[in-house]
Parts: sequence; structure tokens; C-alpha cells
Amino acid sequence: MELRLMGASSTEAERRALDTVIGPAEVGQRVVIGGRAVRGRRHLLLPALWALQSEVGWVSRGGLDEICRRLDIPPAEAYGVASFYDLLSLRERPDRVVRVCDDLACRMAGAEAVIAELEGTLGPEGETWERSPCLGRCDRRSAAFVQEAGAGERTVAPFDPERLDAEPEPTPILRRGPLTGRVGVVDPGDLDAYRAAGGYEALRRALRMGPAAVIREVKDSGLVGRGGAAFPTGVKWEAVASAPVRPHYLICNADESEPGTFKDRVLLEGDPYALIEAMTIAGYATGCERGYLYLRGEYAEAFGVVAHAVEVCRRRGFLGEDVMGSGVTFDVEIRRGAGAYICGEETALIASIEGYRGEPRTKPPFPTTHGLFGRPTLVNNVETMMNVLRIVTDGGPAFAGQGSGRSRGTKLFAVSGAVNTPGVVEVEFGATLGEVLAAAGNPTEPLQAVLVGGAAGAFVGPEASDTPLTFEGMASIGGALGSGAVLAIGESADVGDLVGRIARFFAEESCGQCVPCREGTRRQSEALASGRFDVLADLAAVMTDASICGLGQTASAAVRSALALGLIGGGR
Amino acid sequence: MFGAGGGTSSYREIEETDLIVLWGSNARAAHPIFFHHLLKGVRNGARLYAVDPRRSESARFADVWLGLDVGTDIALANAVGREIIAAGLENREFIRRATTGFDAYAEAVEPWTLERAEEITGVPAAAIRDLAHAYATADRAQLCWTLGITEHHNATDNVLALIDLALLCGHVGRFGSGLVPVRGQNNVQGGGDMGALPNKLPGFQDVEDPDVRATFERVWGTSIPPVAGRHLTRMFEGMEEGVVRAVYAIGENPAASEADAGRATRLLAGLDVLVVQDLFLTDTARLADVVLPAAADWAEAEGTVTSSERRVQRVRKALDPPGEAREDRWILSELARRLGVDWGRPTAEEVWDELRSLSPIHAGMSYRRLEASGGLQWPCRSEDDPGELFLHGRLWKDPIEGRPAPFIPVEHDPPVDRLSEEYPLRLTTGRHLDSYNTGVQSGRFSSPRRIGGTLDLDPFDAAALGVTDGERVRVVSRRGAIEAPVRITDGLRPGLAFMAFHYPDQSDVNRLTIEAWDPKSGTAEFKATAIRVERI
Repeated sequence: MELRLMGASSTEAERRALDTVIGPAEVGQRVVIGGRAVRGRRHLLLPALWALQSEVGWVSRGGLDEICRRLDIPPAEAYGVASFYDLLSLRERPDRVVRVCDDLACRMAGAEAVIAELEGTLGPEGETWERSPCLGRCDRRSAAFVQEAGAGERTVAPFDPERLDAEPEPTPILRRGPLTGRVGVVDPGDLDAYRAAGGYEALRRALRMGPAAVIREVKDSGLVGRGGAAFPTGVKWEAVASAPVRPHYLICNADESEPGTFKDRVLLEGDPYALIEAMTIAGYATGCERGYLYLRGEYAEAFGVVAHAVEVCRRRGFLGEDVMGSGVTFDVEIRRGAGAYICGEETALIASIEGYRGEPRTKPPFPTTHGLFGRPTLVNNVETMMNVLRIVTDGGPAFAGQGSGRSRGTKLFAVSGAVNTPGVVEVEFGATLGEVLAAAGNPTEPLQAVLVGGAAGAFVGPEASDTPLTFEGMASIGGALGSGAVLAIGESADVGDLVGRIARFFAEESCGQCVPCREGTRRQSEALASGRFDVLADLAAVMTDASICGLGQTASAAVRSALALGLIGGGR
Repeated sequence: MFGAGGGTSSYREIEETDLIVLWGSNARAAHPIFFHHLLKGVRNGARLYAVDPRRSESARFADVWLGLDVGTDIALANAVGREIIAAGLENREFIRRATTGFDAYAEAVEPWTLERAEEITGVPAAAIRDLAHAYATADRAQLCWTLGITEHHNATDNVLALIDLALLCGHVGRFGSGLVPVRGQNNVQGGGDMGALPNKLPGFQDVEDPDVRATFERVWGTSIPPVAGRHLTRMFEGMEEGVVRAVYAIGENPAASEADAGRATRLLAGLDVLVVQDLFLTDTARLADVVLPAAADWAEAEGTVTSSERRVQRVRKALDPPGEAREDRWILSELARRLGVDWGRPTAEEVWDELRSLSPIHAGMSYRRLEASGGLQWPCRSEDDPGELFLHGRLWKDPIEGRPAPFIPVEHDPPVDRLSEEYPLRLTTGRHLDSYNTGVQSGRFSSPRRIGGTLDLDPFDAAALGVTDGERVRVVSRRGAIEAPVRITDGLRPGLAFMAFHYPDQSDVNRLTIEAWDPKSGTAEFKATAIRVERI
């Protein structure tokens, strides 16, 4: 392409950082290979931007120019991508920046007081520290994400400004089941420990069964997607497997960003080989030779664990051209998000991997026919994917024997807020809200409400504690299971403040592409701040009906439920 | 091309082809509309090879760019041909049925091994081989060129070398496969259609053919000189020899556009009579005895134009011309009347209908049909003829229709203006997207992209000369010297310099270029000048 670069020059450090990700610039004096070969590398844009951010601490004009030159991308487009993500800085800033969580669970535990203190000691937000949406450390009640040039990223939880090098405390598994059996028990860095604990038996069995039989078991299991939409997983697998267009791609959605949700992180950090094994089975069953693990940018610790596991699997022949000597080819590439809630939406996630702004598109066509790079693509989230191991090992019917209706098998819940021991709970479908709260050590005080499903979920009253936490049970009381976040809100909490934070969250995270969401989320936030509760219903109707994707469609759910329960708006 | 004066293919075909070879053409800057069609082809999956000394704006879109030395196109083409034959990839069936002279061609290109071609052209052997195999194995391939091929002292040979490649692979006469010399204006093709060529009457009919002349003489009621006239370069030779004493220039600005512009201006000024008919008071018009202000053909006059894909389209009058400006048709009729022949005041359609009665390839294109269809492609021989999407389909009939297409072997002949110690840099010329020809029209408008008449240098050469970006330098050739600011740019290489020729007022590059011209086409070697750069 004919590029109009910005004429800034890159530094030696920037070029070195880029060399590792996208290789040096190769322009011959007589022959240049370009066109399709270079356009095909567009998907390296986000990794290249990350390389600059992590190594140099920001994305300079010179660095951006250098990326554009090497990947043949117009600077305006690269800038558009770089400016899309919160974790990438387009201005020079201090080498170390601390992003402090001020989202729901941390907020209830006093995040604003911590932030006020920071303002006193470090000055106003924007230089050495910033606010962050939920970091998925709700069980520790406070958290921060530290970006340090040359040293990468890390999480601090609980957050202590004096101890920024402390490793985050582990998240307790409060009730174990098939998905969480190894978490915190088996060394997540050791492949042999994983194998000794039953690892890679499912893949061995799957390879013996053949792809069609694996898909049949998944269908028989009644497994539905755990990302919120509850679509039958087996049907999705079958659609991808039978799509005539090749190649097929697999994506595991590990962009867990729903406020109050941290159960996928626990699996990623605690049982990485299981996820890789499950992805391999899915790839084998659906005819994919390449899987992408799209990992939330803030999950720095999970990135380290999973990257190590992928490396070990490649070395030991569990990934690559001849998986376990079977002749099957499958490999996993990890892609880090960079701070954009919307990238959890599957079409936005796909655009993000491809090197574009993470903006969703309308469906259909669905990713099963038109997904990554326009090819048939299987997208499953972490928890969904991990269930496959057990389904292959024990058979679909055994899985379907737990629970009822669409809610089969076990479910993970991330419980936080006003409970005595926040953490992850794995229960058979059918357990009630009250049982799940009890597993977390019961409420610390009488509850006003429980937010189920995160910011995109809904508030339910304490009287819902007998309601089963199933798709059907939640639908019957006008809620939704959503991401599996369960946030207990005690009497002493300021619900209006929480609802305001939720509204601000959506206004900040809207990708801005479609008007109902871009404008609606902002107006909703303003209306809440100014007490104009009368306009909320109209805004909600427009956002729900006319937004392109789930973000806008669900951005009013929590607000509406809070109004209906009289938690805000002066009712009750 | 083998008997037809136009490109063989339609724009639609480049959008639906598999391989595009852009040879000696920076269409991105010089032919932006055509390039849009080309990019659609790339978007649809076609691979693009660019053969150009510079890594031009166009080459930046290519899958592979081959940066050959200026004036070594035949060496490269012959090596491509040899490699295709050596690899057994030639289309033997097409060659047998539809061509003549293959054996002589194969023999002529035999010495052009990849290694020898690498030595002469500078392009690595592997890349030449890649181009040869890609072109020969493509199901559909379009070979496109412009002035990088034709502005050489051996322009015709350059074109023949490319035609030979198409014949070798059967890449002509089929949908999606063809030879495409891209035209630089909306109506360059139309000028040829109408007989504005020294050896052709309208419809590409040979002026030296007595039957053709007889037909025209009958309709025109006058006698036609039986010999071909002079092309532009020979006109200037005629002026120099004193045999051409009067010039009537219509819409042409040779004082600025001719190679060795100093000489051109001197010769034009020395004529007995110079009449210029133009929209603007051009450099040439300033030298004229009489200037006839003309209407703008694209807005102030009725008529037709013919595009590069041989498509004739109607042009409609939207405005009255300003002041005393008149349509060309009015001026010519009035001139005839004052010279003693009354043509009356024919309408554009009446002129067109006369053309249709004389040019068989336009015969079927009535105004009514042109309006209804939005344009027709010649040949269109009768009112029920839909016109031709591509030419030479006849070569694929079994047996073929008409004469077979001849292979014509050609030999490499380096540029006339040799490099030497005194003139060590190779200057080539070309265009910028925002400007047009000598800038007579485009120079009146500002453009955010306009960089003006710079001398583009490779960073290595600039450093060796000790010049910096923007510094004014003197550029000297064997014919003259000009001053221009330096622009240090990528896309060149050590030893290769570039200038655009749009800015004769700032830096008149044609004071440097050589008037070595191709005897067959009359085109001068604008593309290859030996220069040196001096600091001021």
C-alpha cells in the first residue's frame, strides 16, 4: 500500500521490541515481496503494539510509524487500533503506572477511600495512577494492575500502595467439582503432574473415538455456552465441523471482563493444561489446526502460566504437527487483549485478533461460517471449553444427568461482596442462590439485593435466595445467569453509587460504533447522576432494540432491575 | 496490436483476472481510474507483479516488485520468455494454431538465461523465474504497461517483447487475459480512433492503402496525400531542416512537453506561422502568431470520447464556453469556410454519423445506441452488434479467424544516453497523482499532495553528494542544466534519480531529457537520461 507515514523515527529500543514480534523490516533494492504476504500479517498489529507498550512503556509516533512500515498499515488505521485499547498509551508517561480497581466489589470494600488517599500522596489521576474497571480480583476486595516499562505487567491483590511487588493472593475454591478439582492442588506449571492427575486421558480417548463421535457426545451432554448466551455447544461444533470452507479456526474466549467475574481466571491460572487439552479436542473434532486463546490483557499472571504451558506442550508433542503421535495437527496461539470489555463479544474479539479495532458486527453471518479471517470459526469461552474433558471421559449422558432443562452439568460462580469468604463455587445446576451464598460463608450482613451476572446482569432481591441458579430459574424472576458473577449487596451498601458505576462502565466501554449504544450509555449515566429516572425506560428501550451487539442491548438491564426493585429512584 | 490500435481487454477483466503484471507503469499516480479497477482485481484475489525501476506508489501495492535497471525491459522479457520455454510452460496448442514465428523467437531468447538477465537488469534470477512461472501458469493474466515501456528509443521493440510473452502463454483473446496499454487521458484512444495518427485515417485504416483512400476521397470530395505524414518528433526534425514552416497545434503544448525543450521552443519560435488552438495560453500559445480560444471538450461541447477499453461514450455540453471561446468543431468549420469550402454548421451527431459511414469498427454506434447503452466498445460493425468486450477472440476459434499472430523477436538495446564518469546518475521521469502533464490545467489548482518539481534521490546518493532534503541543486545532462530542490525518498536505489515533468516553470526537466526517439513510434526516450548533480 502507499503509506503516508508521520515522519517520526523510532528508537533502537522500539525497533528491538518489534523485532521479536514482527521481525525486522525487509525492503530490498531490487525485489520486495509485499501485497498479500504482508497484508496477511495484519493480525500481528496488536502484539506489536503490546511489545512497544510493555518494553518501552508507551506507543510513540516513531514506534507506530515503524509498525506501519513493517506491516504495511496506514498510520491512521494503526492509530485507530492503538487508541482503542485502555492499556496502550499514546502519550509518554511515567515508566510505572498503577491502575486501581474502583469497580463494584472493590467499591463496596472502600475503593474510593483508597483512591482519595492516592490522590493525596501521588497527585491527581492520569500520571502515575489511573482508575480501572473490575480486575477480576473481587475476592480480595481490592486490586491494582501495574504496568512497568521493561518489566511487563502484574496484578496486586489486595492492593497495598506500599507493596506493589507482592504476588496476588490466590482465590479460594469454596466448593469443588469436576472443573475445579485440580485448581490449587496440582502444580499448574508441571505437565507431568497434570498427567498424573488424569490429564490427557480425554484427548487420548477423543482421538480413538473420532471427531464425529466426540461431537455426538457433546451434543448428548446438553452442554450450553457459559459465556451468557447459553447456545448449545454441540450444535455449534457440528456447524463448524461441517462447514465446507477451509481452514477452520478455533478461538477460546478468555477475555473475562464482566465486573464481578473471576472464575475463568481461576481455571486459567490453576489448570492451564486442561484448557489446552480441551482446546485440542475441540480443534480435532471441528477440523481446526490452529486455535487462538484470546486472553484478557489484565490477566498478566494467567498469561504467564498459560504461555508456559503452551511452550511445554509444544516441546513435549502435545501441540504441533503430530499431537501425541496421532498425526493430528493443532497449535495454540495466545493473543492478549489490551483493555477493552467489548472484545469479549465474539465478533469484536475476532476483529481484535485480525488487527482491527475491536468493534462488533451484526450477526448473521455467524462466526461458525464467517469468523476469523472470514473462515468458519468455533468460539467457546473457557468454562464451556473445559467441560468437554469430562464429557469425553464420562460420556455425554452422564453430564446430562446433572441438572435439568438447558442447565446441565456443573456451573462456576464467582461470589463476592458482602459474604464472609468470597471465592469460586462449583455446584451442580439446580443449587439455589442461597446455597451458593452459603458456600461463600453466608452474608456478612442482611442483604438488600444480589447482582447476578455482573454489570450486564440484573439485581434480584433477597427473597430470590430460594431460586435455583439455572438459566430457567433466573429467567423466571426476570434475571439472567450471565457470566456467573454473584455479588452480594449488604444493607449498608450505597446501591445508587453501584448503579452509577455500572452506568459509567458501559459509557466508557461502548465501542462507539453504533449510535444507540454510544449515546444511550452516556445519557443513561447522565440521567442517573442527575436523578432523571423518568427517561431511563425510553433509553433502555432504544438501546435494547437498536444496538448492534450485546453490550448496548444489556447496558440497561441492571439499571432497570434496580428501578423495578426500588433500589434506586425513591420507590420501595 | 497485431492490427488493432487499442488494448485488448476491458476494465471488467482486470477486476476478474488472476494475475496482473504492471510493467513500466505507475498507474496509481498516472492512471488512477484504471488503478481503481486494478485494485478491485487485487481485492478479488489477483496477484500483482510490478516491474519498474522505482518502487513506485503502484509497486507498493504489489505482491512482488521487480526493480530492473532503466531500459532493460527487453532483457527481462526475453529471460521470462526463455524461462517459460525452458520450463515447458508455453501454451503449445495456442502457439501451433494461432501464431507464427515461434521457432525463431525461441532461438532468439535462448541466450537470455536467468543469470544473464540478472547481470543486465539487476533483478535477482529467482525473482525473474518467479514472474515467468506465475505468468505462464496463471489461468487468466493481464499484462499492462504505460510510458515506462513506450518512452524509450526502442519503444516498439519493448512492446513487441511483451506481446511475445502473451502469445507464448496464450494470454490474449480470452476473457481475463489480455494486453493492456493504459491510456493517459480520457480520449487518447479516441484521438487514434478519429485518425489523429500520421499514417492512419479514421478507424485505423491505412492511409497508404489506395482502396481506403478512394473511399474517403469519395465522401470527403477531396484528394488525400498517399503517403504517411510526420509524427511529432519528425515534425520537429522537419522544422530543423526547414521543410516544416507552419504548425497548427490543437490542444498540444510541445514547447513544454517535448524532450530537449530548449530546442523545441527555439524551433517553434522560428516558424513562419504558428497557430495554437487551446483552452489556455500555454507556453506554446505564447509563441503563436494566432491563438484560437477553444471550448473545453468535457463540459462546453457535444461529442464522444473513447476510453482505454475502446469504449465510446457520449459527452454532453453543460455550459456555454466563456468569452470568444468556441467548440473545436465550430472553429474548424469556420476555418474551412474562410479557406473557401463551406461545410455548413454540422452538429456533433452529423460529424459522428459521417465517421460511422467511413469507419467499419464504429459503424454500429449510433448516438441513440450510445445513449441507451452508456457506451459501446469497438469493433461494433452494425446496429445489432453488441461490441467487443475483448479483442482477438478470433485466435481461439478452431480454425482461427484471420491471420495468425506473429512472434517478433527483439534484442536488448540499452538507453542512448549512456552513463559515464561525468554523468553517473540515471534520471528517469514520471508523474505525480495531483498533477497532469505539463501542468497547464492542473497547475492552476492547489493540491495538498503537491510536492512540486523536486529531484528525488536515494538517501545513499544524497549522502554521497552531501546534499540535504530540500536543498537546491543543479542537475546537469549532456543537453542542459536546471535547478531543483532535492527530495530524499525511498523507492529508489543508489544511482537512480527521479523527477516529475509537471512543473516546467519551476524545474523544466525536459531541458535535460534526450531527443533520441523510436523510429517506429516517434516517442522520445524521456525515461532514461544521464545526469550529474552539483551543489549550488
